[in-house]
Amino acid sequence: MKKLTRVNDFVIRFANVNGSGSASANNLFAKAVFRLGVPVSPKNIFPSNIQGLPTWYEVRVSEQGYLGRRGGYDFIVAVNGQTLEKDYDDLLPGGYFLYDSTRLLSDHFKRKDITPIGIPLTDICNREIENPKLRPLLKNILYVGAVAFLLDMDFSVLTDSITKQFSKKPKLAEPNIRCLELGFDYASKHFSDVCKLSVKRSDKLSTHILMDGNSATALGAVYSGATVAGWYPITPSTSVIEAFDKFTRQYRLDESKKRKAAIIQAEDELAALGIAIGASWNGARAFTATSGPGISLMNELLGLAYFTEIPVVLVNVQRAGPSTGMPTRTQQSDTLACAYASHGDTKHVLLFPCDPTECFQMAADSFDLAESLQTPVILMSDLDLGMNDHVCLPMEWDDSRKYCRGKVLDRDQLDSLTQDFGRYLDTDGDGVCYRTIPGTHPQKGAFFTRGSSHDEYAGYTEDTDVYKQCMERLSQKWETAKTLVPSPRIKVQDKAGDGGAIFYGTSTHAAYEAMEMLDKKGIALDTMRLRGFPFQNEVREFIDRHETLFVIEQNRDGQMRTLLMNELGFAPDKLISITHIDGTPIDARHICQSIETKLTQTLTPKGGAA
Amino acid sequence: MSSRRPVFRHPDLPKNDLGYTRRDYEGADSTLCAGCGHDSISNSIIQACFELSIEPHRVAKLSGIGCSSKTPAYFLRRSHGFNTVHGRMPSITTGANMANKELLYIGVSGDGDTASIGMGQFVHVARRNLNMVYIVMNNGCYGLTKGQDSATADKGSSSRKGRPNAFEAIDLCEMAVQLGAGFVARGFSGDKEQLVPILKAAMLHKGFALVDVISPCVTFNNNQTSTKSYQWVRDHMEATATFDVIPVRQEITAQYEKGATQSVALHDGTVIHLHKSDNSFDVTDRRSAVNALENHREKGQILTGILHVNQTLEDTHDILETTDKPLNQLTQKELCPGNQTLQQIFENYR
Repeated sequence: MKKLTRVNDFVIRFANVNGSGSASANNLFAKAVFRLGVPVSPKNIFPSNIQGLPTWYEVRVSEQGYLGRRGGYDFIVAVNGQTLEKDYDDLLPGGYFLYDSTRLLSDHFKRKDITPIGIPLTDICNREIENPKLRPLLKNILYVGAVAFLLDMDFSVLTDSITKQFSKKPKLAEPNIRCLELGFDYASKHFSDVCKLSVKRSDKLSTHILMDGNSATALGAVYSGATVAGWYPITPSTSVIEAFDKFTRQYRLDESKKRKAAIIQAEDELAALGIAIGASWNGARAFTATSGPGISLMNELLGLAYFTEIPVVLVNVQRAGPSTGMPTRTQQSDTLACAYASHGDTKHVLLFPCDPTECFQMAADSFDLAESLQTPVILMSDLDLGMNDHVCLPMEWDDSRKYCRGKVLDRDQLDSLTQDFGRYLDTDGDGVCYRTIPGTHPQKGAFFTRGSSHDEYAGYTEDTDVYKQCMERLSQKWETAKTLVPSPRIKVQDKAGDGGAIFYGTSTHAAYEAMEMLDKKGIALDTMRLRGFPFQNEVREFIDRHETLFVIEQNRDGQMRTLLMNELGFAPDKLISITHIDGTPIDARHICQSIETKLTQTLTPKGGAA
Repeated sequence: MSSRRPVFRHPDLPKNDLGYTRRDYEGADSTLCAGCGHDSISNSIIQACFELSIEPHRVAKLSGIGCSSKTPAYFLRRSHGFNTVHGRMPSITTGANMANKELLYIGVSGDGDTASIGMGQFVHVARRNLNMVYIVMNNGCYGLTKGQDSATADKGSSSRKGRPNAFEAIDLCEMAVQLGAGFVARGFSGDKEQLVPILKAAMLHKGFALVDVISPCVTFNNNQTSTKSYQWVRDHMEATATFDVIPVRQEITAQYEKGATQSVALHDGTVIHLHKSDNSFDVTDRRSAVNALENHREKGQILTGILHVNQTLEDTHDILETTDKPLNQLTQKELCPGNQTLQQIFENYR
């Protein structure tokens, strides 16, 4: 058997029972790799459940800086009896299987192409830890200690992490450190020189941070001056608001400790968006965060905001649908539902962040964008981005930056108006009109917002021409939006032929890695990472320049491909769908294989079939 | 169109403390049916705002969908208005109020808009004690869709369609009391003498104020067999008390008989004096309000007037401990923690 032998380049998977405290232990491991300066990408694959169901935590260690999922597992820590056989079978040949040897393995476990590492975790805990309540928790720390030895990690990084974590409760640090040592010592005694995978200190990370997308999004909202949030708890978006709450409690208090933010947990998603729209209408920057089922409910009010032209920011942390779907698994399957949310002719501005840095930037920009365009802006995050930790560079806030509040008339401007104020008068010809905030002026600027058809002065109308003009002006505004949404990131390869690849959001990292894999096999593709909707001319031109393009995304139906075809009029043959729909983050090997397969199919002579 | 008002304004029209005439509080011409109770309520809102010398531009008027929800266009033309979507006025008003705590929020809804499609939002805006006046123009039917029974139609009552309503009626006032609303009153669009002071008290009250106004639908639900017709309400209406609302600056001159009068001081110092017909009724006691409503319901009567007042409650802003300055007036400097702080925050992510 050839053992997998690699330094700073492998995937380790922890298989646990959820609710057993494994998350913090596994996080301890990932953070240690990060603190050793090695690029690391942890993915928590967890059930929609509080206690007792299988959960996995995958950590990719990549000196080369690949942060997407690779596919396959080189080392498995299997401490969940329910999934033990499957975990065993999933291990790549040459890999390592660490299990709790307190119980003997059955006849199923007979692979000759892997290295079993049996450690009596339960026995050691029962023997060494007096308090039975602490045993299940500390069992997790025990295997982290063992893994640290097996991977030849600098042990002090782990102990320092524990010390830092329990700096306020040093008494709790002591048993944790002891368990780390117990695991480390057992492994060094029994499995010396067994594991050929290792983590070596590196200088690949400099000022990097390890952060989840939802926290970054919330920070973006804080920095861009959002003051009102309406929300309804839903996985995986809940932590956006929780983080916004935490940050505003720290950094948004007045002298008397009163809060410069109002966060309301609403009765449902309808009310959550209603609160954000009402606040925006009244001149505050406001937002809500939700996920698929919430988007379905919010359709009604998204249409209202679109037609009445009220800026509002909606964060959609997508999960696997349809219906309740898989609430704790990731997907990019709300693309179409968000692009055209609500009845009637509606279109919404979408932003596609690919990492926490962009979550922060795009969240901050989304308020400028919404107010400049006076329309909803939807930030299309997802569970993988929102809830997992990602290595990224720290964001910078330009202190000279001024919030762009859009066309809002203040009291003086109303006084100097030479004509009657018309809320929906397109005086600038860009489809965006001037609005006023309630309470601004005693005599001027009041208007009546309504979701029913309205004229340029916001008066009710059923005049067909007036209605038509209004709808056409909204199309004009859509053209203006194209000049404001973030442009795509295009990479052109010298040797690339007629092929291209298009992707967005969390498909990005795995897609770039897949492109390198393909490149090594002689398949060079130009790439375009979409960052916003509506699509600019650049997007059209990129597609025009190529004969065949692969659209890589995490949904069944190729929703972005449909959107590109629908908006830009491309023929279906030109855009080939590469999808990943099982609810886990997309991985590079899958993309690479899928594209190779499609290429073989397309290149095979069609035998004269018309 | 029920009425056309002349543009001419008589120079001798009475003015309020701000120098505004009643005309300054009017809105566009109503497009409701002639004789619609809702128009009377609009007029009462105009009268109440005029008498209280409220700056029209310091009012935000919001509504849902339905005949009732059209009315904000017919009063306070100088106020911003928002005709939202069906049943969602409470959430939009909540957001608006969060953005600026200093305006007066008048929400107008109907019985369909509140007791059916918007029940969830009504319940939650009440329990959050949002500082607003929530007016239900309650006619027991869906007017805009031609007279279907609504959830407040009494069991056995029949509209012009003639089929008796088979379902239990929802009493919004009784619900509001149970939900902890700080001000609950019921009026009748045909009794402006009572409705105007109710609205004034509701506007002066800090916190959630429900004013459920029975407002007959002259087109679909004003027949003899309907319990929401003008005639039926006049014949079966009984008031908790007659009352005076004495604003803070006004001297109290009237003498009230001891025992039968209850005085409640509002947040700003305004005092409501109630002259009760039944001395056992205590307007500050939730149980007393529910009992009185139930007793009258059993007797087939409609209890009107101020049903419950509790001035001790915190409103939503108090509960959330928001800063004194309206959130929509905070500057970038007051909101953005700056790059140095941002870099400090990132220390926790290393």
